[in-house]
Amino acid sequence: MSFDRFEELAALVPGEVVTHSYVQDVALPQGAGTLALITLDNGLDHTKPTTLGPNTLIELGRVLEGLKARAANGELVAVGITGKPYFLVAGADLSTVKSLKAAQYGSLMAELGHEAYNLLGNLGVPSFAFINGVALGGGLEVALAADYRTISTGASGIGLPEAFIGLVPGWGGVYRLPRLIGPAAAIKVMIENPLSNNRMLDGRAAFGMGIADVLLEPADFLEQSLAWAAGVLKDSSAVKGRRAEHATYTDADWDAATAAGRAFVAAKTSNAAPAPGKVLDLFEAGKNRTREESAAAECEALTYLMQTPEFHSTVYAFLDLVQKRAKRPAGAPDRKLARKVTKVGVVGAGLMAGQLALLFARQLKVPVVLTDIDQARVDKGVEYVHAEVDRLRSKKRLSPDAANRTKALVTGSVSKEAFADADFVIEAVFEEMGVKKTVFAEVEAVVSAECILATNTSSLSVTEMAADLAHPERVVGFHFFNPVAAMPLLEIVKAPHTDDAVLATAFALAKDLRKSAVLVQDAPAFVVNRILGRMFGEITAVFDEGTDAETADNALRPMGLPMTPFRLLALVGLPVGQHVQESLNTAFGDRFHVSGNQQKLIDAGVKGLWVKGDDGAESVPESTWELMSRGDSPSDSVQVLRRTQDALADEIGRMLDEGVVAAPEDIDLCVILGAGWPFHLGGITPYLDRVGASERVTGKTFH
Amino acid sequence: MSTNTVPTQTGAGRRIRDVVFVDGVRTPFGKAGEKGIYADVRADDLVVKCIRDLTRRNPSLPPERIDEVAIAATTQTGDQGLTIGRTAALLAGLPRSVPGFAIDRMCAGAMTAVTTTASGIAFGAYDVVVAGGVEHMGHHPMGADTDPNPRFMSEQLVDPAALNMGNTAENLHDRFPAITKERTDAYAMASQRKLAAAYAGQQIQPDLVPVASRKAGTGWTLNTVDEPPRPGTTTEDLAALRTPFRSHGRVTAGNAAGLNDGATAALLASSDTAAELGLTAKMRLVAYAFAGVEPEVMGIGPVPATEKALRQAGLSIDDIGLFEINEAFAVQVLSFLDHFDIADDDPRVNRYGGAIAVGHPLASSGVRLMLQLARQFEEDPSVRYGITTMCIGLGMGATLIWENPHHPDYSSTAAEDAA
Repeated sequence: MSFDRFEELAALVPGEVVTHSYVQDVALPQGAGTLALITLDNGLDHTKPTTLGPNTLIELGRVLEGLKARAANGELVAVGITGKPYFLVAGADLSTVKSLKAAQYGSLMAELGHEAYNLLGNLGVPSFAFINGVALGGGLEVALAADYRTISTGASGIGLPEAFIGLVPGWGGVYRLPRLIGPAAAIKVMIENPLSNNRMLDGRAAFGMGIADVLLEPADFLEQSLAWAAGVLKDSSAVKGRRAEHATYTDADWDAATAAGRAFVAAKTSNAAPAPGKVLDLFEAGKNRTREESAAAECEALTYLMQTPEFHSTVYAFLDLVQKRAKRPAGAPDRKLARKVTKVGVVGAGLMAGQLALLFARQLKVPVVLTDIDQARVDKGVEYVHAEVDRLRSKKRLSPDAANRTKALVTGSVSKEAFADADFVIEAVFEEMGVKKTVFAEVEAVVSAECILATNTSSLSVTEMAADLAHPERVVGFHFFNPVAAMPLLEIVKAPHTDDAVLATAFALAKDLRKSAVLVQDAPAFVVNRILGRMFGEITAVFDEGTDAETADNALRPMGLPMTPFRLLALVGLPVGQHVQESLNTAFGDRFHVSGNQQKLIDAGVKGLWVKGDDGAESVPESTWELMSRGDSPSDSVQVLRRTQDALADEIGRMLDEGVVAAPEDIDLCVILGAGWPFHLGGITPYLDRVGASERVTGKTFH
Repeated sequence: MSTNTVPTQTGAGRRIRDVVFVDGVRTPFGKAGEKGIYADVRADDLVVKCIRDLTRRNPSLPPERIDEVAIAATTQTGDQGLTIGRTAALLAGLPRSVPGFAIDRMCAGAMTAVTTTASGIAFGAYDVVVAGGVEHMGHHPMGADTDPNPRFMSEQLVDPAALNMGNTAENLHDRFPAITKERTDAYAMASQRKLAAAYAGQQIQPDLVPVASRKAGTGWTLNTVDEPPRPGTTTEDLAALRTPFRSHGRVTAGNAAGLNDGATAALLASSDTAAELGLTAKMRLVAYAFAGVEPEVMGIGPVPATEKALRQAGLSIDDIGLFEINEAFAVQVLSFLDHFDIADDDPRVNRYGGAIAVGHPLASSGVRLMLQLARQFEEDPSVRYGITTMCIGLGMGATLIWENPHHPDYSSTAAEDAA
């Protein structure tokens, strides 16, 4: 049998959770004949998605061979494939794919998928995929290999995320999808969505693009899919008509889609990771390839990419960090110790305080009181929240009832007495120790002995802030990132006296706020700002030494960071950046460079180095140059990159030595979730290992 | 809101409206228990599939015109709990403006859902309703979690044995010695034979809603036919079965309905609304009656219920051209036939066979009788009146008399008679 040659692959994965291909003969309605229905099912509940590994694909392939023989005998009129509830099949088993280190096995795995999937479109009778739920990557490609597709309005998680993961849709997806839905739509599914925070489609959207031929409701999805299949067996003209509408395109459309894809990848990733480019290479060349030619190229690309560090780092970042570690933060105390939070106080009514109040009210659905020193500020703070609620309402992100509820939850007061029955009070006042200590002392005078006092400080010592309180054990750092609603990271700062119940409550709260929390010790600037500060320091330093702006700002392009350092500084605000940099310099000394030129720009009211001209091009204006004085020892981009890598490795090495976080994994999680650093760097430490920076600086690797 | 045609706001001068049976569907029936086809299917989902198919089969009915969803279940807990008429309506995707409720009269649940909502139509409270029933006896064994009042026993109100339906069937044999085991077995075999013939004639399948089910280790399948029938049953097979309710008794698994899972749903409307919406009347409800009997012989219930309904309708038993009588037990059917002097093999009775062959998921069965009668009406326009009747646990009977719209003398305005 043709699948025997893959047995050696299966033997490498003895622990695979096999997704079985169960077959049942189904009598189609209206006497349409017998359809053999395959169910992809791993026998586990919906918390354990079905995945595709070598054993699974060999079983599927052999089942399809058997059905092909039965179809040839005239026993079947059609073959259908569907999944256990909520999944068609979630996709390739990434940990298995990652474990296939030798190229020969990667190649075999790629071929196995083609061998099995091609049978589905080649059974001698029509094949149908009934997409009842999640269908990602190889999970969607199996459906694309069938002749016809139904999809449920209840399905979500539809897509080809390979470009995001570090692979290509190389089990026929890159070849079949553009031919089904047209090249532009295919680029959206294969490039734009994966590289936009791994966006996925729901059933309705997938149907709208032409991925499926009919959209059916979940209540009787399989029954109606089978009835529809019976109808198509009699007359498929309606399907063909609809298909033609979606798949009408010219060579020029295809070329335009390729170009648009390349521009998108360059803008999003600076071409720092190989996978998106490979997807586009296959797509572009696929225009004139036969399926067999494309399959060979797909296997080659998969084999290559499976060996790349970018792919391995992505699986680490995605599976080990975001999917696992972010959900079970290292060092968090037993969640049973957490106390209930039924009312929240926010000290301050400025922009940050308003964002916090909105988040607490929306997610916790408990009363939130803002306080400030005068009624005008308080009113402004509450008004901000109400306006934000109205904005969410107008975007239909909140129902009218939920908008009313949220508004009613947020009130303001000029008296901290309003905190008397609060369980959690967070301060978001001016970043100065004296102010913060006064605020905490005032709050402590009002609240219960158990009430938690949290600080959103980004640079001050939480320990010192708590020092003079009657109950210093109630103080915890709760460091959000701006914009609060969008950024998923929360650094939870444990000061030496913070007790476990307080810490457990902070973690429980983070979960209820839908933030990923990382436990950090009370060290200046904690994690994200310290790493960014070190990076800013290096880039401003080389600039101040005489490196031209273009070279300094673009030297880190090979890392594929979401924004160049100077642009990020301008976004954060030069004064804010300078303030953080100064406090880091005070704490750690001159390895955190404080740029005199940057101070001159701040003093002159310049908002950023780059200014967009009338033609849209960015440059540094002459007036800005005139403010600054720079040295005469420029570096080239290779030197800048290496110097920054080394600085990062040095700083992270120190942070781990100091015990700021439990492990390099937490550093990586912080920069992924708090700074948006890419998965293909693995956050940062796997990247520093593979470019040799960790070894150069610390004499050892992080992993 | 109902857009009924009650002439005045106070209801003064109210006219009783004709109620018609527009359509009915059911799931294939399954055997209760872990090996049954619906072991891993929820009871409420069975109802949902029926409601959705009913609306799909009648596309001219705007779903928001449904004024009520009445769903019966004998056990109203678990997947049959939470006011199943309302939950099923929501799960079926009917508009949220459509209300629903749960109803229970044991075996006559769906039948009572029909009579209750039909009365509401006649009164003008509803224009269109969905009425049906469900029983997943695998998930809800008969009598499970009930707590009979001890007074039943201490005051000898009901013989405790009467709470077991099999015992009441044996009691019926005691009361009517002329009904022998040979007669009940012969009747049971005929039921199997008639159902098989009806299947062969495609008389059952058109009203079945296919139900997909999935079991551990086998994957999804589609259930399109009833699971309980044993078409090859012989008298020898039946004679060999044990009598579980009494040693050397007469009632066996072969001459009684089994323990089953299934659901039904019917669409009823006032005749004028049916006309307005382009819905076809398959039957017109002429009269209905419920009657109580001694719980110890609950199987005789259809006799007084039928007499009462005939009296109301001004008809005699001779006017009835078709009988759909639920076969909880063969002895119960034969006691009815003997009472009215009808032969055991009278061709007017259960032409497609009955519950002995097809199964009896308690509260769902009433509508099964109706959809079969409706199809027989269509096949046989010479019949003007037919009845659907069944016995009910704790000693009751229910009978509905229906008129055949295909009969030449049918007049949809005949309701004035009943008013």
